[in-house]
Amino acid sequence: MSSKDRILARIRRAVPAGAVPPGAGPDAYADIPRDYLTVHGTRTAEERVDLLAANLAEYRAIVHRTDAEGLPQLLAHLLARRGAASVLVPPALPGAWLAATEATRVHDRADATAATPAALDRVDSVVTGCALAIAETGTIVLDGGPDQGRRRITLIPDHHICVIHVPGQVVDSIPQALPLLDPARPLTWISGPSATSDIELDRVEGVHGPRTLEVVLLTTGDAAQ
Amino acid sequence: MPAFPAAAREAVHDDTLRANLRHATHTIRDKRARAVTELADWDRLREAGRAVKDHTIRHLDHYLLRLEEAVTAAGGTVHWAADAAEANRIVTGLVLATGEREVVKVKSMATQEIGLNEALEAAGIAAYETDLAELIVQLGDDRPSHILVPAIHRNRGEIRDIFRTRMGDWGRPAPEDLDDTPAALAEAARLHLREKFLRAKVAVSGANFMVAETGTMVVLESEGNGRMCLTLPETLISVVGIEKVIPTFRDLEIFLQTLPRSSTAERMNPYTTMWTGLGPSKGADGDGPSAFHLVLLDNGRTDTLADEVGRQALRCIRCSACLNVCPVYERAGGHAYGSVYPGPIGAILSPQLRGTASEIDATLPYASTLCGACYEVCPVAIDIPEVLVHLRERVVQGGPVTREGLRVRIRPAAGHTAERAAMRAARLLLDHPGALRRAERVLARTRRFRPHRLPGAAGRAWTETRDLPPVPAESFRDWWTRERGGTR
Repeated sequence: MSSKDRILARIRRAVPAGAVPPGAGPDAYADIPRDYLTVHGTRTAEERVDLLAANLAEYRAIVHRTDAEGLPQLLAHLLARRGAASVLVPPALPGAWLAATEATRVHDRADATAATPAALDRVDSVVTGCALAIAETGTIVLDGGPDQGRRRITLIPDHHICVIHVPGQVVDSIPQALPLLDPARPLTWISGPSATSDIELDRVEGVHGPRTLEVVLLTTGDAAQ
Repeated sequence: MPAFPAAAREAVHDDTLRANLRHATHTIRDKRARAVTELADWDRLREAGRAVKDHTIRHLDHYLLRLEEAVTAAGGTVHWAADAAEANRIVTGLVLATGEREVVKVKSMATQEIGLNEALEAAGIAAYETDLAELIVQLGDDRPSHILVPAIHRNRGEIRDIFRTRMGDWGRPAPEDLDDTPAALAEAARLHLREKFLRAKVAVSGANFMVAETGTMVVLESEGNGRMCLTLPETLISVVGIEKVIPTFRDLEIFLQTLPRSSTAERMNPYTTMWTGLGPSKGADGDGPSAFHLVLLDNGRTDTLADEVGRQALRCIRCSACLNVCPVYERAGGHAYGSVYPGPIGAILSPQLRGTASEIDATLPYASTLCGACYEVCPVAIDIPEVLVHLRERVVQGGPVTREGLRVRIRPAAGHTAERAAMRAARLLLDHPGALRRAERVLARTRRFRPHRLPGAAGRAWTETRDLPPVPAESFRDWWTRERGGTR
């Protein structure tokens, strides 16, 4: 008997009801109470973006606001202020975004020696878009889309600038976010920069992930998705 | 390792330990209370979480098969391990097959439980813990003392000393002038571990959740070491308890709200990584490992499932809120429990996963005052006091239990003979009203001779710190007969 068969047999002996399909009977999946809230409070689109900004800032992300016209200058400024000589660029980051920066662009490619972990470790900054952002928790979700690139490019450099289209990419809550995401894609949820509370429960920002997270709220006026 | 009473007696006399624990547990419990108050629907989220977990464990066979199917379809390989030895054998074999002799590890209770690091070491494989707290524990040749913050028993000065003396033995040494500020200590860990992350070819992790419907694995963390291990190596091996499965992707909406707030008292932990097998590219785009193995671990979980009262422990999402509010944990510390899972949850989980045969496991159900604070904070409403009392009964009375899938009858644990004899005598008296009446009268008339200390070792220990209740001059029943007996 394989371990799989043994474990399944033990389960079926332990819970005889386990033989009943989960859709039927007294403990059907459909009967799980879900009277919790899908959103905590009612907000205008503007208030939702403000809440996102406040929650991001509370966990030490640095929040900026601009519009399409001001974005290239802002990104150039943020990279220059950081002294970034090189910046990682996802495959389909809008070309205009980095039009004003002098930093060397490093394009992420899976097959290139330029994209080994050690090589990525030598890049100063990374600029990405995101899949969506969640206001109530101050969370950005990346799904590996073409304006975000592979997981590793937002992980190894010490400085991550993430651009969020507002209000279009902002949802209120976690229950609103999940239906918009595709679990087959690699999902990374980011709430503030890397942090630890392992030493006397004192929160310290910056351990292994990017120690500086800057978020640019890019006003586009697009309707919510 | 000594049983809980002896270990706790020693721990409470360690002033540094008590100060470290008190500071940490009080900080986190206040923060948690604030984080929970923010959600007006907390009770409903808690009830939904309880219901999802209960539903899943009642249909565990169905959801595990579903999960296996989904993970396999997404390019992963699923292994089933009935016990710790089998899980260790599977993981060791997978690592050896890659030709590598070192692995980086994401903090995982399941791999602690099975002693994976020791098994790997025996096979000549070095396992590097990458969570800051686990690193502190590993470098200090120590054991974890908390589910979430394994080095909670250490203060900054102790951590600096460990880093200074031990980091060099494992890789990049600590900076010469390392001070004890948390920022400097975190920076030292960053530099020490980064060289390991960048060269690692194999990683071992656990998972907080596994989604049966989609095959999605979910890891919540704060530091980014988890992301490093889950992203950069070529081979990823996840060892996960079978109770971690949940039915659907949507169910995460409950636990992603309750877990961070209950554990670190944050609205959301800094990083959550979700992956489904090798992803749509099947690992071809280098965005994550090119081989993924999932080891589904039983190791006493199906035995726990067979106990109708005790099975609720399988709902646990390892948030550690119960440790932080427990007055016993606060004073005794995690090591006293002699179990990978310390605190109130450990007191009910370990004796069920391992059985109550050893002295440690037989004393764990008593490592509590039954004050109920653990039940109040539990985000999946595990009635820990109820299970503690149930397990105490099992320890004292013995009786039928399931071990390794077989129904067996265990004998009462040694050391409870006096208690059992007293209970038997009490039952005899309570079943015979005449005898009870006579005994009460004898007790009342001899009250002048009542000793202040009970005889015998156990009796002396009991009365050393407690007063015996006073015996009244007359029993209630005699008083009732005298006062009211005639009128009714």
